[in-house]
Amino acid sequence: MDTQVFSEDPSRRQKLVLGGHTFASISDVVCKPIEDKAPTWWLIGLMASLSFLLLLFSMLGYLVWEGIGIWGLNNPVMWGWDLVTFVFWIGIGHAGTLISAILFLFRQKWRTSINRFAEAMTIFAVMCAGLYIGFHIGRFWVAYYLFPIPNSMQMWGNFRSPLLWDLFAVSTYFTISLLFWYVGLVPDLATLRDRAATKTRKFVYAILSMGWRGANRHWQNYERAYLILAALSTPLVLSVHSIVSFDFAASQLPGWHTTIFPPYFVAGAIFSGFAMVMTLMLIAREIFGLKDMVTLHHLETMNKIILATGTMVGYAYAMEFFVAWYSGNEYEAFAFINRAFGPYAWAYWTMVSSNVIFPQLFWFKKIRTHIPTMFVISIIVNIGMWFERFVITVTSLHRDFLPSSWEYYSPTWVEVCQFLGSFGLFFTLFLLFLKFLPMIAISEVKGIMPEANPHHGETHHG
Amino acid sequence: MKDEQYKSPVFPKWVNTLHGFVLLGVTLVFLSVTFVFWYWLGPKHLEVGYIPKQPIAYSHKLHAGDLGIDCRYCHFTVETSAHAAIPTTETCMNCHSVIQSGSKTGEAEIAKIYASFNEKKPIEWVKVHQLPDYAYFNHSRHVNSGVSCVSCHGRVDQMEVVQQVEPLSMGWCLDCHRAPEAHLRPKELLTKMDWKADDPIATGRIIREAYQIRPGEDCSTCHR
Repeated sequence: MDTQVFSEDPSRRQKLVLGGHTFASISDVVCKPIEDKAPTWWLIGLMASLSFLLLLFSMLGYLVWEGIGIWGLNNPVMWGWDLVTFVFWIGIGHAGTLISAILFLFRQKWRTSINRFAEAMTIFAVMCAGLYIGFHIGRFWVAYYLFPIPNSMQMWGNFRSPLLWDLFAVSTYFTISLLFWYVGLVPDLATLRDRAATKTRKFVYAILSMGWRGANRHWQNYERAYLILAALSTPLVLSVHSIVSFDFAASQLPGWHTTIFPPYFVAGAIFSGFAMVMTLMLIAREIFGLKDMVTLHHLETMNKIILATGTMVGYAYAMEFFVAWYSGNEYEAFAFINRAFGPYAWAYWTMVSSNVIFPQLFWFKKIRTHIPTMFVISIIVNIGMWFERFVITVTSLHRDFLPSSWEYYSPTWVEVCQFLGSFGLFFTLFLLFLKFLPMIAISEVKGIMPEANPHHGETHHG
Repeated sequence: MKDEQYKSPVFPKWVNTLHGFVLLGVTLVFLSVTFVFWYWLGPKHLEVGYIPKQPIAYSHKLHAGDLGIDCRYCHFTVETSAHAAIPTTETCMNCHSVIQSGSKTGEAEIAKIYASFNEKKPIEWVKVHQLPDYAYFNHSRHVNSGVSCVSCHGRVDQMEVVQQVEPLSMGWCLDCHRAPEAHLRPKELLTKMDWKADDPIATGRIIREAYQIRPGEDCSTCHR
């Protein structure tokens, strides 16, 4: 079977759906988890996630009550796990738009099996990131200062600050991703409505599917809207993380003040996003029996993207050192030598080995197509990318221009619990998504099957 | 099953307008929350007109207006320090050791000054114009730049009981810091509450030039 799927002949396209599925059986497979009674593992998972969510809320409550003194921040290190985790989450959110928008515009048909999943992950990750950026200001109740809202203080956003651009970049990204996700969901929600067995279920899905009847006119409008949204979100894939990198690059701190940051951050974001999609997808396809739709071919393609972006990230790491030497700037050189051999060397080398060394194993086809190995590597990449943000943020700060203020930063238990709690939020939303919405774009997957081709079944005149 | 599906509508007709209502509702909620905070919960609405009861029925109208005592006679530190002094009982006694009976209130109110003086207990005046602790304000800096008392405190010389007339909000401070001309006058006329230039802006420009006035707008100007 493998030889057929991974044919070397480029004229023979691989089948994206295996297992002899028909249109009806695809609907059945994808709708099954939604229509069946919630399984025990799901309930246990939800309870666990909810308890972590509760942990998050109690930490945030404590934070608002007590102030950010409960974090481990010190004089030079004024950004710690708060910013590290914000960038981590927003980075994870990047795979969604890349898969849904850019791969759509490039007509990469294999995206259809994973785009719904990745978009959902994007939205939930951006929500976690938004929570972090909201609370890292310390006084959550004045978060409205960030928005251009008339007020008696005449407070108005500082439009010269990348931190403000960041707010707009992230909120635009969230809005567009949400719209894109929802528009894509409409035909599938209508499928769920038509299959619904209970009145409430039918009513809710009917409202959400906006009266979709699958008419020709509906499809025309839908596809146009989808194309426009894809075109709108494509620049966002590049802009959001570029602007997040400006938060650092527009400052004058050695280690932050580099022109390579925007592309380096974007590559890193896609890298981490794909790793997260991979981790979650490998579990989901196992549990929900989606192996016919998310085939080994899909996984291998994603691994290739992980390999490509991981190599880019490795190039950026090397280039930072090269420029530090080539610029002849001794402060820049100090920052990077300190990064690799200073007090945080352990974090730096964790980052390098997880992000540069391990993904290189994907050069080997055996490893690229071996599921347990790719699962492990995807988790290593997730950890490595968290460390990348930690290294950039903390190592650049802890040795500032005044040696008297040099200090070592370590998080307090509050920061650790808050971080764990953000996973609670993410997984709570994700489990709810798995239970109530189709995790694979039913209509799109049907669209790429040979049966959907108007010429399907005609005899071939060579 | 199939036939049944088409027999009864999936949802009632009002659902068709639901999306519009939800959008409208969200917009309206956002706009009204903004309006409530900006308009009703701003100092302009909450603080202007604050007129606390003072321990003594002291009339600024009588003293500063009718009798024409200069503001700086009592609030004597206004030109030299951040804080404009609230007069001590001794300052009152400069005159009231002689004047023992008022035209309106008789001896009752003035007796309170004597009580304070004899018992050596300061009179507990209630502060009218409050700025938050995180806002730094210096009276001397403003007064010496030719900003009159009247600009911030209103016509105190016409008030029986002092009340707040300006919002003292950050936006209100910034309005003047951005365009101070309308509120500048020669220092000699500082406490002339009824003085008005024929052309305030032109006069203000000349004074701004003469006194080299460059009001700060940085955060650290007021939040130090």
